[in-house]
Amino acid sequence: MRQYFARKLAIYLVTFFVAVTIDWMIPRFMPGDPVQGMVSRMSLEPEAANRMMGFFLGAFGLDKPIWEQYLNFWVALAHGDLGISVWQFPTPVLNIILSAVPYTLALLIPAILLSWVAGNQFGAWVARRKRLDNTVLPVGYILTATPYMWLGILIAWGLGSVLRVLPLSGAFNYSMSPTLTWEFFLSVYTHWLMPFLSLFLVMFGGWAIGMRNMIIYELESDYAHWLEALGAPQSLVRRYAFRNAVLPQVTGLALSLGVVVAGALVTEVVFSYPGLGYLVLQAIQNEDYFLLQGIFLFVIIGVLVANFLIDIAYVVVDPRTRVGMQGRA
Amino acid sequence: MSITTQRPAPAPGDHGEAALPAPATAPDGATGPGVAPMRPRREVLYFALRDKRILFGAAVVLFFLILSIVGPVLDPTDPTAFDGPTGAPPSAEFWFGTTTFGEDVFAQFVNGLQATFLVGLLGGGLAALVGISIGFVAGYRGGIVDEFLSMITNIVLVIPTLVVLVVIAAFLSARGVVVEAAFVGLTSWPWAARAIRSQTFSLRAREFVDLANMSGLPTWKVIFREIAPNMGSYLFMTFILLFGGAVLIAATLDFIGLGPTEGISLGLMMNNAVLWSALQLGMWWWFIPPGLGITAIVGALYVMNVGLDEIFNPKLREM
Repeated sequence: MRQYFARKLAIYLVTFFVAVTIDWMIPRFMPGDPVQGMVSRMSLEPEAANRMMGFFLGAFGLDKPIWEQYLNFWVALAHGDLGISVWQFPTPVLNIILSAVPYTLALLIPAILLSWVAGNQFGAWVARRKRLDNTVLPVGYILTATPYMWLGILIAWGLGSVLRVLPLSGAFNYSMSPTLTWEFFLSVYTHWLMPFLSLFLVMFGGWAIGMRNMIIYELESDYAHWLEALGAPQSLVRRYAFRNAVLPQVTGLALSLGVVVAGALVTEVVFSYPGLGYLVLQAIQNEDYFLLQGIFLFVIIGVLVANFLIDIAYVVVDPRTRVGMQGRA
Repeated sequence: MSITTQRPAPAPGDHGEAALPAPATAPDGATGPGVAPMRPRREVLYFALRDKRILFGAAVVLFFLILSIVGPVLDPTDPTAFDGPTGAPPSAEFWFGTTTFGEDVFAQFVNGLQATFLVGLLGGGLAALVGISIGFVAGYRGGIVDEFLSMITNIVLVIPTLVVLVVIAAFLSARGVVVEAAFVGLTSWPWAARAIRSQTFSLRAREFVDLANMSGLPTWKVIFREIAPNMGSYLFMTFILLFGGAVLIAATLDFIGLGPTEGISLGLMMNNAVLWSALQLGMWWWFIPPGLGITAIVGALYVMNVGLDEIFNPKLREM
């Protein structure tokens, strides 16, 4: 087990290193100079523009040799310094991001966990029940094939625009200021409901189908047939099948994280929900590369931590990893 | 786009043998009463044409493919020209209505479909190529090569690829559909590599591979002549899933305004619709078609894949 974790940790460290390096490299080696673009948009006199360039290059530390920039980047990172935002100059990037992270987490964590649990239960229940299987399966496939933003758009249009039962955008009523009152809480909840629902539904379809397919494989395996031959009740066979089928679903959870995060980002854009996704859009529209870098870093760290948590969960549910068989890498 | 795009259908343990029909010595009943024993290819076709899911999926994909080719001919309007009435609902003249700026939604839709198929084909194809190559080499060679390739795979797997794509796309000032497809393809191969690696791993230990080795065939020939044909169906299904995944990722990228800088795509249509308050104005004809197109194509591919899985793996056929 120690070896299992050591291996995992090593991979995560290398991944972190590679990701941070990519993150650092992109604004420096891609065509197009962000600072140049920023200054030229100010439409200054040539001389003033030159001095402005010099100022910004110094402010962002871009006037030093490449290797020094790289080292400085890591040092700054270690101090939690992600640079200064161009969009909201001179607010530090870290502050902007930290104010958006809670919204994203409030959407993502419940949506991921609830859809995983509900989808697995539902998929296991549906598998090999002919009529249900034939009606529910196509719905599941349509749900997983739906782009996150489109389902968000449909829900927003249906519930928010046509029926007018839920508010269309924002995280709470614009006329309110955050207080600890019951009304404010209700406002936050109603604004949260639609983005949550659209994330939940797309993921739910995926888990249900994955589980249904897995259960069918398990029910065809030797141990299931053997149990049946012994005269075990169907419910018992299914319970064993479920326990085996849930293992790949745990791995699948880790694999799907990147896509799910992307889905949450675009869903936030649809609902103008002030999380990281909304920030990404702002950063792109205002060409704020330092903010974009910072958000990327946060997503990386979040996904790595989540992956590690899932690895721990895997050890808990799969006894083989504990006795040194390593389980699935 | 959650799980199915990330992971292929659960590895059907033993494709090589499972896909083969009953041996010639078996009575006719093996493939159904009154059916003469068939060669593998004919058997696949026989079941494929009787599987409603495959027929349905293929029909839907074909319908949109034809629409994307014939559409621009039927309606040669420039999809980005502002020359229609503004914000008009669907009518005989403008089948899908117009946008707030008087662009023809139908023209945008059919041209966007073209971009979608292009991204799927190129992006999914490239991802399949990389994933299959890495999977084959890692699974067949094993040892240090495997360790190294698996590490790369795991790293790319864990890095949230869309965020990398966003950062890359944000810095490329001019982007075409092909460039977008290339980046999507280069970041979405890891799960395929992993799945194919484990399949190759199990095939490598078979006698016929040993035999090929003993006869002195070079490694690449063993891989392409002995191993690849035995998991052909698996590779094909992997490509289908990668195709769907590439379409969805590209749509997401387009939606945040990082798609192709020229022309139109389905994701860009949705982006514009949301940006210009089509939701609040109730202009459903602007945002329903693009999402519906993507969902229908990708959904049909997934449904088709389930059908194919059962054909290639008779164990799954419901009795």
